[in-house]
Amino acid sequence: MPSYETKSRRAGLSRRTALMGLSAGVATLAMPRLGRAADDTIRIGFPTPLTGPFAAEARDQVKCAELAVKLVNDKGGIGGRKVELLVRDDKLNAGEAATRTLELIEKDKVHAIVGALSSAVQLAVNEVTRARGVIYVSISQSDTINEAKDFSKYTFHEALNPHMTTAAVARQTIKKGMKVAHLVADYAYGHEMLRGFKRAQAAIGAESVGEILHPFGAADYSTFMPRLMSLRPDVLCISNFGRDQANAIKQAVDFGIKQQMKIVVPVILHNQRLAVGPDVFEGVVGGANYYWGLETQNKTAAEFNKAFRAANGGAIPTDYGAYGYSGVGSLLQAMQAAGGTDTDKVVTALEGLQYDLTKGTQRYRKCDHQSVQSVLVLESKKKSAMANDNDLFAIVASDPGADEMLRSCGELGHAT
Amino acid sequence: MDLSLIIMQLFSGIALGAVLVITALGLTIVFGMLGVVNFAHGALFMIGAYAGLYLASLTGSFWWGLLLAPVLVGAFGMLIEFVLVRRLYGRSIDDPLLLTFGLSYILVEGVRIVFGSDGIPFPTPSQLIGVVDLGVGFFPKYRLFVIALVAVVLLLLWLMLEKTRVGLIVRAGARDPQIMRVLGVDIGKVWLAIFGLGVGLAALGGVLAGPMRSVNPEMGTLVLAEAFVVTVIGGLGSIVGAVVAGLMVGICISMVALFAPEMATIVMFALMAAVLLVRPQGLFGLKGRA
Repeated sequence: MPSYETKSRRAGLSRRTALMGLSAGVATLAMPRLGRAADDTIRIGFPTPLTGPFAAEARDQVKCAELAVKLVNDKGGIGGRKVELLVRDDKLNAGEAATRTLELIEKDKVHAIVGALSSAVQLAVNEVTRARGVIYVSISQSDTINEAKDFSKYTFHEALNPHMTTAAVARQTIKKGMKVAHLVADYAYGHEMLRGFKRAQAAIGAESVGEILHPFGAADYSTFMPRLMSLRPDVLCISNFGRDQANAIKQAVDFGIKQQMKIVVPVILHNQRLAVGPDVFEGVVGGANYYWGLETQNKTAAEFNKAFRAANGGAIPTDYGAYGYSGVGSLLQAMQAAGGTDTDKVVTALEGLQYDLTKGTQRYRKCDHQSVQSVLVLESKKKSAMANDNDLFAIVASDPGADEMLRSCGELGHAT
Repeated sequence: MDLSLIIMQLFSGIALGAVLVITALGLTIVFGMLGVVNFAHGALFMIGAYAGLYLASLTGSFWWGLLLAPVLVGAFGMLIEFVLVRRLYGRSIDDPLLLTFGLSYILVEGVRIVFGSDGIPFPTPSQLIGVVDLGVGFFPKYRLFVIALVAVVLLLLWLMLEKTRVGLIVRAGARDPQIMRVLGVDIGKVWLAIFGLGVGLAALGGVLAGPMRSVNPEMGTLVLAEAFVVTVIGGLGSIVGAVVAGLMVGICISMVALFAPEMATIVMFALMAAVLLVRPQGLFGLKGRA
């Protein structure tokens, strides 16, 4: 009998403790919500396509953006204020991105937006931020966003742009008198890359023998291959992104295209190379904003890799991931310099900023807010030449950033 | 435009059509016999590709993956029928549709959790790497193999349905399940097998598509749309329709790719719209079915 009594009391006690614990848990859960209304947290909105064909690149962007935020918070935040990253899935859809961005601004009261991973989506985000006077640091390739008609003083472009990327790639791959064919995704990104390549090849003195536009997000490219082979080019430029790049190159290789011509892409993607393997990508040349292998020749890259490895269980940062880090990182540095989140002060700080986050010093050009930065040209290694699973590319060239890489402010329609 | 290019384009179209046929076939069989519109078809196609890849790396041979994945995923399909779909027979057509639609989300997310959302390489089997000289141009060996394999599968399917007793029961069951019950046939077992067959065909399509595309959790989404277009053009529930329409769509895409490449995806839907205007039941569909 006594044993029963003690048991029941113990049970009663434990139930009460459990209840107390539970209510305490609820209280702590509710705390940050209560705090948010009046707090002084700095909130950065981050729309990115977590679902869809660019999901792999998007998730790397989020990891790197979170790292940039964490490093600042670890050092006590900005003027004592903590930074919070609000990630939203834009589903690679311009309408969805605009809605999410508007929500971030109106409901979540973010202080700035960083993100988007498609030139079309990023223009939609820019429309919203421009109209609301909110700073937007875009981190996906676009030429249009630099031009006067889409520009605003709140628009910053941290990514490379097609003009500088294609010029650097063409310099390494296209020679005078060569014949060049193009397979191009039929949307803003593809069109801008095509325009860049054609301008570069005209300057070099190469001839364009054909352009084929393919539907965005196509799974099968076999129907374009006989035509491309019949054009008999020396170089085939495949200007598309994400899984389209992997599928197009894979199927081109199946048709024996590599035996006839060199395959060149504007941006060679780390994740897509992983998705189709070394044999398919072997010898393909393309541009990049970042490659982890830069660490042997660049101190900043080594530090960035180290911080990323520490936060992600030894994994390495990828190209588009690095944009998340430099996009958010440069904004936070500017907020640091501006001493807070006052939009005009941060804009001025960004314009005067020299930042060195992933690969050497970068700065935003005054007239169009394009980040002047180095462009890498990479060649995919063959399997036998890989030192380890992450040793994907050889660095063919690393062109240091310079104003001459960009179209002039006058050409873009900005007052000079 | 020279003739050899057009012939090459025809070949790409047939190879493309072969994959369309195999994916649409499972969809149309399940609808024709069971009246179930399987929205998880694309997801099961994707599961097939992952299963094939997994089994191939486990056994070290693509051929085991190709053989076992459709069987195992087909068995999984039977489990789906037994546990879930079976309960909805006799209800409105929307119920199984919604069920399989939800199922497709679960399958895609499940694969994302297990294998991650990045693409995984599916190497072409070593015997089929390279190209064949067709006289008019070079064509990948693997795609020729796909055409041949799909032809064999179609032949076997036709023999089974037209020449065997099982086929007779299946065809009769599609016409009038009530009478079949009266005659003492356990129609439930037939439906179980048919659903398994449909899912197995989806999985086979997935394994075959693997070496041509990268394998990723979303690979079934586009395939589902294509399979539906082919099924609607051919006539819902018609096997001959699926074959004819699949090849037709493949060749159409290929020819349009030659003249207006950016229209290559749209043409499939334009073709569907045109067919629906002239023959609402599809090319080989029975009136009143759709």
